[in-house]
Amino acid sequence: MLQTVALSCSRGERHLFSDVSLTVMPGTLLAVMGENGSGKTSLLRMLSSLLSPNGGAILWEGKDIRQLKELYCAQLTYIGHLNGIKEDLTPIENLKVAACLAGDESSGAIVQKALEAVGLRQSAHRLPTRVLSQGQKRRVALARLWLSTRPLWLLDEPFTSLDAAATRYLTQRLQSHLSNGGMVVVATHQEVALPTDSVQHLRLTG
Amino acid sequence: MSRPSMCEALRGVVRRDLLLAMRRRSDVAMSVFFFVIVASLFPLGVGPEPAVLRMIAPGVLWVAALLACLLSLGRVFTADYLDGVLEQMLLIPQPLAVLVVGKVFAHWVISGLPVVLLSPLLGLQFGLGGDSLGVLTLSLLLGTPTLSVIGAIGAALTLGVRGGGLLVALLVLPLFIPVLIFGAGAVTSSLAGIGSEANLSLLGASFLLSLTFAPWATAVALRIALE
Repeated sequence: MLQTVALSCSRGERHLFSDVSLTVMPGTLLAVMGENGSGKTSLLRMLSSLLSPNGGAILWEGKDIRQLKELYCAQLTYIGHLNGIKEDLTPIENLKVAACLAGDESSGAIVQKALEAVGLRQSAHRLPTRVLSQGQKRRVALARLWLSTRPLWLLDEPFTSLDAAATRYLTQRLQSHLSNGGMVVVATHQEVALPTDSVQHLRLTG
Repeated sequence: MSRPSMCEALRGVVRRDLLLAMRRRSDVAMSVFFFVIVASLFPLGVGPEPAVLRMIAPGVLWVAALLACLLSLGRVFTADYLDGVLEQMLLIPQPLAVLVVGKVFAHWVISGLPVVLLSPLLGLQFGLGGDSLGVLTLSLLLGTPTLSVIGAIGAALTLGVRGGGLLVALLVLPLFIPVLIFGAGAVTSSLAGIGSEANLSLLGASFLLSLTFAPWATAVALRIALE
């Protein structure tokens, strides 16, 4: 269970949000919505422990994540706006490295399956990521979700540059993660097409 | 869920960086050629007098190696910072300092090791004899890793700063001074026929000392840069 208590955030002089208290239970997805610049990305970065809160605390299973440190990192998969992939490496190499570093299984067959699951054409698997389209790069980044066995997923605008098919694949993957007792926090502008009883909303007003 | 061992993560980082360097050979070649060209300019400028060349050789070769290292420092973290790989690296459930050691090691293999391997050849240009060539290579072998380890702090501190390249030089060059003194000193003393062990020991000691503290400082600087 992920919880925040009276979380507040300001970047430089700018005040983004304060007193955000939320609870994400296993099997639920929290959709963080709000205008551009309302602090969605900052909230996600705080939840991922990349950014330390200006006030309040973030609790994982009741313990402050600042104390848990690496133990907390081992519970989450974070996909930010930046894809976090190397343009000079092929999608397969990128995923293998990412999975190896994250401690997930990184055999060739599993990586290949993840890329197929996210709908990346076979012919693109062995090209340098540099020559792929934006949407294909995003798919490579998101393919990590098919390898991840972590309970908490933090996704920043995962649907940007995805086409209808890829959006569907991703939604299905989120659904299966939730039904396995996983937790998802997603910053998004669009409604996530999931059963309403598993989706909560948080609107940041800025 | 299996947690990877620290060594596995370390190996993963090194392997990725070396693979990337293989894909971008021109970047690697640049700092090596820089070293070769700078070191070769001196005999041309100073003239072919063997005694003079032998006298300036230790200093010139060491300064050239130091600048070549500086030239490649900007690449250690910048690309990873821009494409979001660094963000992911911070979230790997391993001590960040260990991953930093991996990146620094890869940086040394890419930019330091070629300099070490080429140095005997350049030493010949300056008329260094067999013993001194050996000491030169050994001093660079002990000294260049220190340059990479210390340089990484500067590279991490200037991440995302405009004009970072110049700032790295200002931050890091003063820290390189002891390495330069001991390294060039080792070669000079071997030329003078005095033992170079003392200088080489000091080089070794500074490497161990910097390896103990610098990765932690780099890790903290990276976390600050990404806030």
